[in-house]
Amino acid sequence: MIAELGLAALWLAAALAALQLVAGAFAQRDGAAELAALARPAAIIQGLLAAFSFLMLLILFARTDLSVKLVAMNSHSAKPMIFKLSGAFGNHEGSMLLWITVMALAGALIAAVERRLPERTMMATLGAQAFVGLGFYAFLLFSSNPFERLPEPALEGMGLNPLLQDIGLVFHPPTLYVGYVGLSVAFSFAVGALLTRQVTPDFARAMRPWVLGAWIFLTLGITAGSYWAYYELGWGGWWFWDPVENASLMPWLAATALLHSASVLAARDALRAWTIMLGVVAFSMSMVGTFLVRSGILTSVHAFAVDPERGTFILILLSIYIGGALLLFGLRAGTVAEGERFSVTSREAALVFNNVMLSAILGIVLLGTLYPLVTEAFDVRVSVGPPYFNPVGAIFVVPMLIVMAVGPLLRWRQDSVARIRLPMVIAATATLAVLFLVMLTSDIGILPLLGLSLSFGLAIASFMPLRGRKLRMLPLATWGMVMAHFGIAVSLFGMACESAFSEETLAAVEIGDSAEVGPWSVALSEVRPTAGPNWTALEGRLMVSYDGGKPREIDPQSRNFWAPPQETTESALVTRWNGQLYAVIGREAGDGRWQLRLWWKPFVTLIWYGGVLIALGGVLALIGRLLNDLKRRSVKSRGAARREAQA
Amino acid sequence: MMGGLKAKHQRLVLVVIALVALIGAGLLAASALRNQASYFYVPTQMAEDPPAPGQAVRLGGMVQEGSLKTMSDGITITFLVGDGDVTVPVRFAGILPDLFVEGSGVVAEGKLDASGTFVADNLLAKHDENYVPRELQDMTEHQKNQVVAETEAGA
Repeated sequence: MIAELGLAALWLAAALAALQLVAGAFAQRDGAAELAALARPAAIIQGLLAAFSFLMLLILFARTDLSVKLVAMNSHSAKPMIFKLSGAFGNHEGSMLLWITVMALAGALIAAVERRLPERTMMATLGAQAFVGLGFYAFLLFSSNPFERLPEPALEGMGLNPLLQDIGLVFHPPTLYVGYVGLSVAFSFAVGALLTRQVTPDFARAMRPWVLGAWIFLTLGITAGSYWAYYELGWGGWWFWDPVENASLMPWLAATALLHSASVLAARDALRAWTIMLGVVAFSMSMVGTFLVRSGILTSVHAFAVDPERGTFILILLSIYIGGALLLFGLRAGTVAEGERFSVTSREAALVFNNVMLSAILGIVLLGTLYPLVTEAFDVRVSVGPPYFNPVGAIFVVPMLIVMAVGPLLRWRQDSVARIRLPMVIAATATLAVLFLVMLTSDIGILPLLGLSLSFGLAIASFMPLRGRKLRMLPLATWGMVMAHFGIAVSLFGMACESAFSEETLAAVEIGDSAEVGPWSVALSEVRPTAGPNWTALEGRLMVSYDGGKPREIDPQSRNFWAPPQETTESALVTRWNGQLYAVIGREAGDGRWQLRLWWKPFVTLIWYGGVLIALGGVLALIGRLLNDLKRRSVKSRGAARREAQA
Repeated sequence: MMGGLKAKHQRLVLVVIALVALIGAGLLAASALRNQASYFYVPTQMAEDPPAPGQAVRLGGMVQEGSLKTMSDGITITFLVGDGDVTVPVRFAGILPDLFVEGSGVVAEGKLDASGTFVADNLLAKHDENYVPRELQDMTEHQKNQVVAETEAGA
């Protein structure tokens, strides 16, 4: 019954999306007011129905209803409840339902709260949102029905991939999806504005909070995903340039560029066409990512199902939406009037420069991700990894970081370099001082060296915009910018330290013996069997001490899951303010010795703290923008009330 | 500088700068991809046309039964990777991936050394039925066909 309710709600939601599309389209003509009035309620009810449908799926998984195919394939009655629930979106069908739910809820939210856009643009936006939604409803209903029943209920479920049975994976997919799909709003706004040719600063101000919201979730999702890969996969790395990681990085790069160009449009009425273009590109990157991950073209822990039919379906959707939007852009961009001008030394120019750099980095990541697919068509198998991404990316990242340090100091429209000479000299001195100091004292690679020194310069420069301002009067959005830019510096410092100063020890250790890694001494005192709800494990008891200090115990495990049968390594971590000890236990070497792999990673945690700071900066900016918006609204309505009283 | 230009010209200048930067990035990426992509070899290819020693490549094949040995340091292992015709010796120092067993498929990332031993930095084995390195997927299929062909020829 629950499954049928969920499916019915999904069909109804799809029907409402169709209604919303028609209403939005007819609202573009005069004299269709009755139809136009339907668009907003349709969007809101559609959102509620999709959410209801997703709730039904959660209930099915919570109860482990084995008559439903998806539950039988992906769940197991012995799993802890939290992983039963997260199992609902730890598979292809469930994750696509989550996707469409987030998309419908985003549409409902626009319909419910957005009042800034001109009515016709608003209707076109809702229509576009419904048009994109319809494709994904069709995909779900025709090729990936999550509510399909089995002819005979299964006796027991097949279980969830143990790698996905982790608390990080409970939050990672929904967070990332809110980010991915939240960008659909920017896409619909861009299409709506192109259709009605209303590309104005007001449009940018209306769009900005939506982009900020999606961007915050993307940032958090990427940060969480990176930390998950770091501790769960047991390889000690935090970024692998895996196509799936790239699939989340590309929308983030586009959204970051969009965020900044929307600021230029909002403040200065420049970069109109460029902002629209980025709005289209950002969500297109989300869809390309979904295609890469979900089509089975790539094999990874994220590619749940290898089904060419689904791949073709997503590819068709992709070409309709991206191709259609780009075509519309090509036809209309010329008619979008040109914005205001600005000089080479102005904040606009710095933002333009970094927009171009971000786009170049995006292009490099995209080419590197797609290249293996292209060569495979010619039967040549290649893989593209860090030797490509790191140096080629750095060519554009380094100038971007330098301009990022300077840009916020510049004034809009026109400024002179002489005015900001002092802060520039301070930041440059810090950068060069660190550069020479590190070069003299240690022998590290060119990229970590650049990263390390730039992180100092950028950290100092990120606070410079506060110089000479009354801190209490400063808008929240400016605080947000300072915090986010500082977060980039923090994260960069962590990355550079990790790659420059990590130490690794690989040893076979007898019980009672110890190994050294960096300042740590690690003694193996025991290896014992242990068990959890759906696994058994061998657990090493390690007594670790930092620099001869008081020893403490950590217990890395090698786990054996029995549904589905699979081994995983569970790393054990010790976090200090200045870094992390990372320990993995391997197999018995055959003569009573156990393999231990140990890393000392100085300041590695700053990578993720930086990510959190960046997201918090976004939150501050978002709160600032929303408060401003509310203030404006209440001023407007008070003004209207006064006029009414006078009349 | 740009302030002196007409409005129409500024847009043009911006478009040109952006295009130059993006095309530059594209060309850079294309040339880097050609040099930095690591190619996939099966043992037969590696024997016939070996990559330059020190060049990062990937080697895929089956871990030969009985070839897995642990060195006296307890952490270095050696084994043979074969594709039915040729075998290549592989050396790896580290913790073996979870589902690494003799007789099953593996993709080794690393370099060929001067003596013809493949020194692996990383081993990718089958994680579970949903996560098989792509090369392995096709290879097991290919090998199945080969085995079928051999038995048929023998009969």
